[in-house]
Amino acid sequence: MKKQIIYKIKSNRCLAKDVFLLTLVGDVDFAPQPGQFVNIKIEDFFLRRPISICSCTNSSLNLIYKVIGNGTKKLSQMLPNQELNLLCGLGHGFDLKPAIGKIVLVGGGVGAAPLFFLAEKLKEAGANFIAVLGWQNANSIFYLREFSSLCPVFVATNTGEAGQKGFVTDILKTMAYDYYFACGPLTMLKAIHKCGKPGQLSLEERMGCGFGICLACCCNSTKGNKLVCTRGPVFFSNELIFD
Amino acid sequence: MGKLSVMLGNWQLENPVIPASGTFGWGYEFAEWFDINILGSISLKGTTLKPCAGNPTPRIAECRNGILNSIGLQNPGVDAVISNEIPQLRKKFNKKIIANIAGTNLEEYVQVATLFDTVDVVALLEINVSCPNVKRSGMTFGTSPESVSNICHNIKNAVKKPVYMKLSPNVTNIVEIAKAAETAGADGLVLVNTFSGMAIDPATGKPVISTKLGGFSGPAIKPIALRIVYQVYEHVKIPIIGSGGIVCADDVIEFISAGATAVQIGAQNLVDPFVCPNIVKKLPQKMDQYKIKSLSEIIGRSHL
Ligand SMILES: Cc1cc2nc3c(=O)[nH]c(=O)nc-3n(C[C@H](O)[C@H](O)[C@H](O)COP(=O)(O)OP(=O)(O)OC[C@H]3O[C@@H](n4cnc5c(N)ncnc54)[C@H](O)[C@@H]3O)c2cc1C
Ligand SMILES: Cc1cc2nc3c(=O)[nH]c(=O)nc-3n(C[C@H](O)[C@H](O)[C@H](O)COP(=O)(O)O)c2cc1C
Repeated sequence: MKKQIIYKIKSNRCLAKDVFLLTLVGDVDFAPQPGQFVNIKIEDFFLRRPISICSCTNSSLNLIYKVIGNGTKKLSQMLPNQELNLLCGLGHGFDLKPAIGKIVLVGGGVGAAPLFFLAEKLKEAGANFIAVLGWQNANSIFYLREFSSLCPVFVATNTGEAGQKGFVTDILKTMAYDYYFACGPLTMLKAIHKCGKPGQLSLEERMGCGFGICLACCCNSTKGNKLVCTRGPVFFSNELIFD
Repeated sequence: MGKLSVMLGNWQLENPVIPASGTFGWGYEFAEWFDINILGSISLKGTTLKPCAGNPTPRIAECRNGILNSIGLQNPGVDAVISNEIPQLRKKFNKKIIANIAGTNLEEYVQVATLFDTVDVVALLEINVSCPNVKRSGMTFGTSPESVSNICHNIKNAVKKPVYMKLSPNVTNIVEIAKAAETAGADGLVLVNTFSGMAIDPATGKPVISTKLGGFSGPAIKPIALRIVYQVYEHVKIPIIGSGGIVCADDVIEFISAGATAVQIGAQNLVDPFVCPNIVKKLPQKMDQYKIKSLSEIIGRSHL
C-alpha cells in the first residue's frame, strides 16, 4: 500500500565510513515488504531520494544509507526530532515463495541493508539461509552482529582486512546453494546473474517519482522495458537482461 | 458555473487544474493516492502510432528547482492506449480527458489524431510539436511557423474534436508560431513544453542523461512560461492552457491573470503526488483572500 507519511527522526547515527542508520518514528501502517523502498523529501532538493527499508516495527522504520552526494549528505546532517516526509510502500519487493533449498543472501556494501529485512522474514519462515556480504574494507562494515544473530555470515573485503580477500563471487564459487537474493553494486549483480542460478536481484536506477509515473527508471527485461520503481526494484534473475 | 469553473471553447471544466502530459501516467495510477475526480481534467502521456521504447537511461537529472528529463515518449502506441489505458482510467475518472499526440512525421500525427478523434471521453487533442527528447521529431515540428501551421492544418482537416497545439519555448519568436497555429485553425494553445537544457557531472565532465540534452522543467521555469503566456495572449483569441513550473494556487492565479484559461501541472506531480488536489482545495481560499469571484472573470486581467 502506498502512503505519504511524516516521520520524526529518533536517531541518525554513523554506523561505518559514510554509512548512517536513520531511525524514524511514526505509523508504519503501509504493510512494508522486504525489498520495498521509501522516497524521502530532503529540503532544498527537487527530487526525493529512494532508500530501501532495512527493518521496521509498527511504529518505527530503520533505513541505512550511504553518503554519496549532496542529498544524502544533507540527510546525514538531520537531527533527532526533525521531521521527514516519506512516500512509503513503493516498489515490488523480494518474493519468498520461489526460494527453496539452501538460500544465500548476497550483499555488496550498503546493499546489505534491504537484505537484513529479508533475513528477518526468512528466519520467521524457518528457511535455510546464509549471508555472503562484501565490503571495500574493514571501515565500511556494518550490521555484522545483527546478521549473525539471524544466520551464518561470510565476509569478503577488497583489501582482505576482514573476512576473505576478494569479492562475494569468490566466496559463492566455493559453496553449494540453490537460490539467491542479491543487492549491491551493478558490477556485483552482473557477476552473480552470470552464474545462471535462479534468484532475485534488487536494482538501482535514477528515478523521478518512484511510483510508476514518469517512466525515468526503466531496465531491460525479457518482456521489454520494465520500470525499476514499480515492477522492481527486485527482479527475478530469468527476467533480467544485462548488456 | 461554479467559481472555479472555466470554459475551453464549449468544454466546461469544473476547475482549471489539469495534470500535464507525461507527469501523470495514464491517470488511474494516481487513484492510489487520492480521488482523481477532483481534477478539472487529465492530459495523457504523449502517444505515438506504434509502441515506443523510449531513450536509454539515465533519463532524468535533478537540477536546482527543477528536473531535466529525456524519457523519449515511451508509450504502448495509440491502439493500446485506446483499448487498455483509457478504459482503465474510465473506471476511476468520470470527466473528459485530453489526448497528447506525438509523431515522427506528418502522416503519423494525423493518424494518431484521427484515432483519438473517435474516442468519446477525449475532449480535445493536444498536439505535441515541442518534445525536445526524440530524434527526427517532436520539437523540430514546433520551431517554425510554417511547420506548425502545416501540421495543425492537416490535423484540423482530419478530425472533429478541438485541436490544441502544445508549443515549444525553444524558439526565437513564439508569438509568430502561436499566430500561425491560430491562423491554421488551432482551437487553442498549450504554453509551454520543456526548455532544452543540460546537466553535467562535475566530477567526470560527462553529461548526466543518456541523450546529453533534455527537457528542463519545474519551478525554475515558471517566470519564463508566465511571460510567454502573457505575450502570446496579446496576439491570439483562442484559449491558452498555461504550463511551466506551477506548484501552488497562487501560481495558477498568476497564469490565469496573464491570459491562461486553464493550467497544467507537470514536474511537481512526481515529487508531491498531492499537488493537484491541494491546489484545487486551496484555490477558493486564495480567491476569497484576493476578492476574486470567479476564475473566468480574471483571465488576462494583467493586461488591463
Ligand atoms: C530502489 C532504490 C533503493 C535504494 N536503497 C538504498 C539504500 O537502502 N541505501 C543507500 O545508501 N542507497 C540506496 N539507494 C541509492 C540512493 O538512492 C542514492 O545513493 C541517493 O539517491 C544519492 O543521492 P545524493 O543526493 O546523495 O547523490 P547525488 O549523486 O548528488 O544525486 C543526484 C541524483 O541522482 C540520483 N542518484 C544518485 N545515485 C543513485 C543511485 N545509486 N540510485 C538511484 N538514484 C541515484 C539521486 O537520487 C539524485 O536524484 C537506493 C536506490 C534505489 C533506486
Ligand atoms: C517526466 C516528464 C515527461 C513529460 N512527457 C511529456 C509528454 O509525453 N508529452 C508532452 O507534451 N509533454 C511532456 N512533458 C512536459 C510537461 O507536460 C509540461 O508541459 C512541462 O513539464 C512543463 O511543466 P512543469 O514545469 O510543471 O513540469 C513531460 C515532462 C516531464 C517532467
